[in-house]
Amino acid sequence: MAKTIAEINEKIKKGKAVVFTAEEIIGYVAKKGLKAAAQEVDVVTTGTFGPMCSSGAYFNVGHTKPRIKLGGGKTYINDVPVYTGFAAVDLFLGATAMPEDDPRNKIFPGKFSYGGAHIIEELVSGKDVRLTATAYGTDCYPRKSLETYISLNDMNEAVLFNMRNAYQNYNVAVNMSDRVIYTYMGVLQPKIGNANYCSAGQLSPLLNDPFYKTIGIGTRIFLGGGVGYVLGNGTQHNPGVKRTEGGVPKMPSGTLSLTGDLKMMSSKWLRGTSFTGYGVTLTVGIGIPIPILDEEILQYTMVRDEDIFAQIVDYSEAYPQCIPGSLGEVNYKQLKSGKIAVQGKEIPTAGLSSYSKAREIVQILKEWIKTGKFLLSEPVESIPSADSGIVFKPLKERPIKKKK
Amino acid sequence: MQKKRVVIIFPPHLIDQPVAYRLIKEFDLMINILRARITPREQGRLVLEITGKKAALDAGINYLKEVGVEVQPLAQDVKRHEERCTHCTACISICPTKALDIDRTRMEVSFKQDKCIACELCIPVCPYQAIEILF
Repeated sequence: MAKTIAEINEKIKKGKAVVFTAEEIIGYVAKKGLKAAAQEVDVVTTGTFGPMCSSGAYFNVGHTKPRIKLGGGKTYINDVPVYTGFAAVDLFLGATAMPEDDPRNKIFPGKFSYGGAHIIEELVSGKDVRLTATAYGTDCYPRKSLETYISLNDMNEAVLFNMRNAYQNYNVAVNMSDRVIYTYMGVLQPKIGNANYCSAGQLSPLLNDPFYKTIGIGTRIFLGGGVGYVLGNGTQHNPGVKRTEGGVPKMPSGTLSLTGDLKMMSSKWLRGTSFTGYGVTLTVGIGIPIPILDEEILQYTMVRDEDIFAQIVDYSEAYPQCIPGSLGEVNYKQLKSGKIAVQGKEIPTAGLSSYSKAREIVQILKEWIKTGKFLLSEPVESIPSADSGIVFKPLKERPIKKKK
Repeated sequence: MQKKRVVIIFPPHLIDQPVAYRLIKEFDLMINILRARITPREQGRLVLEITGKKAALDAGINYLKEVGVEVQPLAQDVKRHEERCTHCTACISICPTKALDIDRTRMEVSFKQDKCIACELCIPVCPYQAIEILF
């Protein structure tokens, strides 16, 4: 018998919901059987804690007296430029934004020790940051410069807005060249000296709901330690890739766009992150509940690390030059063992997404649901799935003709 | 037999002295040089693993202090900021001595200071600036 989200919410309110994490559910269903477990289990919690570059936050900092129009001038937070192409005092801070001419980045390979993501972490931890701006001045916004400390509490709104998070699977990065390379997948040693991966595997949200049957627009989630919502599919959403028989994509596939009130979040779950020689990014903690509406949905949440395959990609040549293909595929059980074989050579593996923190998130979300603090929401619309025909296009460049 | 990992710092006037040689020859100590560096202002820093009988080890370290070489235990130079670590495991594959190691059941990273040789390979690899070497 199928359940509804409304029925599950009734049980949550009474403190009677049966909740498992995406890890616990594997053994439980194996023991109980799919049919009985589908009746009994209400929610499976999924989670991930990894670097996600397409993240950011927007703020309304309040009006100065006299008023200033930040747009059209230059605005910085702690010397990191922010985007102000909105109304007077709304601004957007991107996770990967960096101070202009940071001396720490000038010496090869560059440390990238500070940027937008670190500001988000500092703001969320309650710290003051420096807001500085110059503007052109108008009749209604006459002021031309501003220098002040500001904290999250001082702001009217502070909203985390991430256009691409929670990648459904990712590449395993190696380096086939004969020099060390510095990438967003970490430092890669020459001649396939190591392999880095980045997914929570069997705990990862979209790997537990591979066809987006429950995660949709409006799904309420754990985001950065607070509560957030799924806005829709993320950018580069690519549901049509090759999948296993169980429906699990074998390469980077679906993505989510997420938002939530930054003021409710915690610096434990939003971390400024520095990739030597590459840049700055934000590590985001995400937890997504999957309502167990029927057996099929439960079946998907039983996915194990050994069922999830990722492609080994050369980041010295194939990735930067957009040369398709892979050096082979491995599963997450192999990746988490610390060693894989690539082209007959055994190499060490390391993760970039923290499995132990993902485990903490699924437990927190489970606790929230069990204690009635967190209700599930009904998605208002599905996100495009494998049958949508969506193709992730490269940029087709068309030379701009100069006018004579 | 005892083993000690120390950082020894030479002032400029001792740079041309064969200090390690004397430790071996006169004190019968086993010396394993883990790292060596001479800074632009001609201060020499050496990370040594010294092995020998306790009396010889103490005498050797006394000798170093007498000639004016500063001796510090290695441990105090390496700091892992536990609260900054997310246990992503990025550092695990680079660490040559398994000072940074992982419990694969818990998927948590631990740091064993006595195994660390202060090679600094983990520094650029850690995305969270969780390891600091005050060397």
